[in-house]
Amino acid sequence: MFDNFPLWPVRASAGAGNVDALYIFLVALSGFMCLAIFIMILVFATKYRRRRGVEAEQIEGSSALEITWSVIPLGIFMVIFLWGAVIYFHERTPPRGATEVYVVGKQWMWKLQHQEGQREINELHVPVGRDVKLIMTSQDVIHSFYVPAFRIKQDVLPGRYTTAWFRATRPGVYHLFCSQYCGTMHSGMIGQVTVMEPAQYEAWLAGGGTTGSLAASGESLFQQLGCPTCHRSDTQGRGPNLVGIFGKLVQLEDGRTVVADENYIRESILSPSAKIVSGFKPIMPVFQGLVGEEQLNALVAYVKSLSPAPSEAEGKQGSGPAGARSQNHKE
Amino acid sequence: MATAAITAEREHYLNKEYGIRSWLLTTDHKRIALLYLISITFFFFVGGFFALLIRLELLTPAGDLVQADTYNKLFSMHGQVMIFFFLIPSIPAVLGNFLVPLMIGAKDLAFPRINLLSWYLYAIAGVVYLHCIVTGGVDTGWTFYTPFSTAFSNTRVIEAGIAIFIAGFSSILTGLNFVVTIHRMRAPGMTWSRLPLFIWAHYATSIIQLLGTPVLAITLLLVVFERAFNLGIFDPTRGGDPLLFQHLFWFYSHPAVYIMILPAMAVESEVVACFTRKRIFGYNFVAMSSIAIAVFGFLVWAHHMFVAGISLYSALIFSILSYLVAVPSAIKVFNWTATMYKGSISFTTPMLYAFGFIGLFTMGGLTGLFLAALGIDVHVHDTYFVIAHFHYIMVGGAVMGYLGGLHFWWPKISGRMYPEGWGRLAALLVFAGFNLTFFPQFILGYMGMPRRYWQYPPEFQVLNVLSTAGSTVLAVGYVLPMVYFLWSMRYGKIAEDNPWGAAGLEWKTSSPPPTFNFDEAPEVTWEAYNYEEIPAPAEVPGER
Amino acid sequence: MSDSPIAVEQHGPELLHHFADAEQQRDAATLGMWLFLATEVMFFGGMFCAYLIYRYWYYSEFAAGSRSLDIWLGTINTAILICSSLTVAIGVRAAQMGKRKLLVILLLLTIVFGFAFLGIKGVEWYDKYKEHHIPGNSFNVDDLVRDYPQLHIDPRHEQIYFSLYFAMTGLHALHMIIGVGLFVFLTYYAWKGRYTPKYYTPVEMGGLYWHFVDIVWIYLFPLLYLIDRHR
Repeated sequence: MFDNFPLWPVRASAGAGNVDALYIFLVALSGFMCLAIFIMILVFATKYRRRRGVEAEQIEGSSALEITWSVIPLGIFMVIFLWGAVIYFHERTPPRGATEVYVVGKQWMWKLQHQEGQREINELHVPVGRDVKLIMTSQDVIHSFYVPAFRIKQDVLPGRYTTAWFRATRPGVYHLFCSQYCGTMHSGMIGQVTVMEPAQYEAWLAGGGTTGSLAASGESLFQQLGCPTCHRSDTQGRGPNLVGIFGKLVQLEDGRTVVADENYIRESILSPSAKIVSGFKPIMPVFQGLVGEEQLNALVAYVKSLSPAPSEAEGKQGSGPAGARSQNHKE
Repeated sequence: MATAAITAEREHYLNKEYGIRSWLLTTDHKRIALLYLISITFFFFVGGFFALLIRLELLTPAGDLVQADTYNKLFSMHGQVMIFFFLIPSIPAVLGNFLVPLMIGAKDLAFPRINLLSWYLYAIAGVVYLHCIVTGGVDTGWTFYTPFSTAFSNTRVIEAGIAIFIAGFSSILTGLNFVVTIHRMRAPGMTWSRLPLFIWAHYATSIIQLLGTPVLAITLLLVVFERAFNLGIFDPTRGGDPLLFQHLFWFYSHPAVYIMILPAMAVESEVVACFTRKRIFGYNFVAMSSIAIAVFGFLVWAHHMFVAGISLYSALIFSILSYLVAVPSAIKVFNWTATMYKGSISFTTPMLYAFGFIGLFTMGGLTGLFLAALGIDVHVHDTYFVIAHFHYIMVGGAVMGYLGGLHFWWPKISGRMYPEGWGRLAALLVFAGFNLTFFPQFILGYMGMPRRYWQYPPEFQVLNVLSTAGSTVLAVGYVLPMVYFLWSMRYGKIAEDNPWGAAGLEWKTSSPPPTFNFDEAPEVTWEAYNYEEIPAPAEVPGER
Repeated sequence: MSDSPIAVEQHGPELLHHFADAEQQRDAATLGMWLFLATEVMFFGGMFCAYLIYRYWYYSEFAAGSRSLDIWLGTINTAILICSSLTVAIGVRAAQMGKRKLLVILLLLTIVFGFAFLGIKGVEWYDKYKEHHIPGNSFNVDDLVRDYPQLHIDPRHEQIYFSLYFAMTGLHALHMIIGVGLFVFLTYYAWKGRYTPKYYTPVEMGGLYWHFVDIVWIYLFPLLYLIDRHR
């Protein structure tokens, strides 16, 4: 807005405008309320300052006033709540078909893996106008992925995936900050998001020397680790057939039903005995300590690729019983 | 009632006994209040010193004053010292301890020896924490988030945790003392509806201290155990949940902010009533809103966790509850403002602080509405917007309330008047310095500057420089009262029983009061804030 | 304010100067102790909260851990504590009735029960130490994995159960030690004849505290020892 003295970052995502709109409304409302109260105090302080022979008038109160100035603010607060809730709902609901980028935070850098195989450190290249969904985890402590220009922020936790999404609307280079204190170089865990025109983005993709798509490297890892021994693509295997399972409901042997989302795949690799699929024995080896976060991302991408695209278990609200969802997300 | 004797022969709580033993082994709530006054003032300057170093480092975008690890320790210890060793005790332990028995017509608190124990626990905790500072400090942020604090930090986390654990006990015992005192020790005729609003607010504060602090205690203890004995409760590699720590931590730490603000609201009610010479407008509503804040304050903790990984539905619930808790605070602001209508207003130092409190608390509270809005919080969480918000409330609100209260009751506590001219100057410096320090931080936060950043991108520098400039003015404003309060103890004008012509039982006894508070046990037959019956002082000290 | 001669005559030295009368003093003490117990509920509550969440997530590991505890020792300890609460309750009654000797005996019995409980707890902890069930570097639950194959235990999650076990029983034991210490003082003053039917508040307050510590154990016992035992 004001180039020399900006009050907010550039708006570079589809959602940024909505956030700023509520912000400006709140600034105006607060400004109005402050002015109203300050002016009233100023008027009273002047008009009713202590004067000889003039006594204060003892007024007990007024229930009518009390109710009025409780109910009206409450009403306004509810409007603000709803407005903020709607924005938040959109922020936390990635659209179907979003391009996925895997993010691993570690002290003190960001590692990003594109589906096409591109790897970046502290940088993220995206094309204008495309929905991008970030699937994020941490290798050590809690970090937070923050892009002020997009108005998005999401804590990145060890031991699970969290997601965020955006659609960039303006080419340019924007700050990426870690915004959850994580130790010595917390303030150095920064980078930039580069938004490019689609043509330039394709050129950038083609230019990098990659070793194949993320799912492809996942597949080769899958073979390397011996997974096909049990996870055959028929019903004869000692492990469940993984083709087409992503995003579907899975019946567990203890009776629960869960959705096979990213967290489920990840947990099944690291701690298989937590959720045993009904009809199968708990014989899968534990891979915690044998695969790193980025390798996990590749495996997850591979399993996803075995299901028809777009896979958007995260995006669909209400798929699967509420209980199952909350079990998976472990709040 | 005893009239003020100008001679030094009149016995009161300060001259009844001399010597260090009579102070360190006292059970007189008024002396214990002074013990607290000295110790929390000490920690205020320790925490303030850390703040000054932080602001100096932030003058430039590069990290060029201290090392990154040192900076991380500075903001962590600034937060812990200011919250646990200054703000949480401040008004309750100094003004509350001094005034609660006086205001209800009692000779002392219900448990005077436990009161002394409270101070010793606080002092021991303080010594442990000082030892922590000089042997390496702590760099976890004041919030101790896991797994950083349990498995990654290389600093004195255990010692800091233990110090705060002990300080928590001090807080719990003070709360316990106040609740029992207010229930059981009111003078004949002092019914609940005749209590000063100061008592209502301290009662609510004490309930929070009692019920909330133990949860912090167990949470910190679990962190200490995890570090000391390698337990795995918060360790993700063993199936532990870092979010569990956050829930347990914030379950106390959100109500804690109400522990910090309610007593300042307590002071506000007394000061506004006195210097408008009127009963507070809507007494019942103000009293009940203190209770409402205490109750609702326990229901909103996860609004600190909107982007932490909680579910969408949890976030919605905590957001709407956070708006509910804002209503009672708004009610109080409206009532204090309405009290000024048709009042007879004087502009003494305490009243200047009271005006400042309303202004700054209102601004801080309104920015709370921003943070409770889910869509906005995603953008400003963990940025300087949050820092500005809580400093407006804790410094613009609580510290201004504390200073206003200190000035208001200084004649009663010390028997002397502070110099009014200097008092007003300091109040104005504090107000101006405060705004210059913290208002730019709202803008910085919305611009995207994260908190706890040792170095930052250059475009944030101008606002940081403004903020640091303000902090130097603020520092001067804080040092002045220390100087002139000390000066007044020797050279200040001798105070009468009731120099302000204020209502309240504490003003019916001498300044300073005798050890057992009242020469004759009071019997109350009047309502609170009976200003129509109290003659205004001929000249309000300091006024023309 | 100043204690008039009349006031001093009518009460003994136990009436503290800042109270109007003995009744006010007793009321204050009682309210104070109940409030303190409320804080203790919140204190233990944090751990119970953590317990509930982890038990829900890691039920098998909790079941296995529970089965590795000695149910007989736990039951004996529960019986000991319940008996000790009985001796405390009768002791308060004895104080009420002015029966000094009986009071002293009951207080001593309570202390004996307290030590017995702590002794058995020590034995249990030592067993855990021998079995390598103490979380940390030497933690090893191969024995549980082997003994309970049907539970599909993840050894890492098993550490959570034992972390909570030691934290909860440890803090409970600490409260027991404080309780025993309190009762040593009470016994001494009881023997000196300080408690009369007119003034036995400390005995009553000590009793309240002891009952509370007992109740905490009554929750801990089934939650830690009796998981999944029906199968």
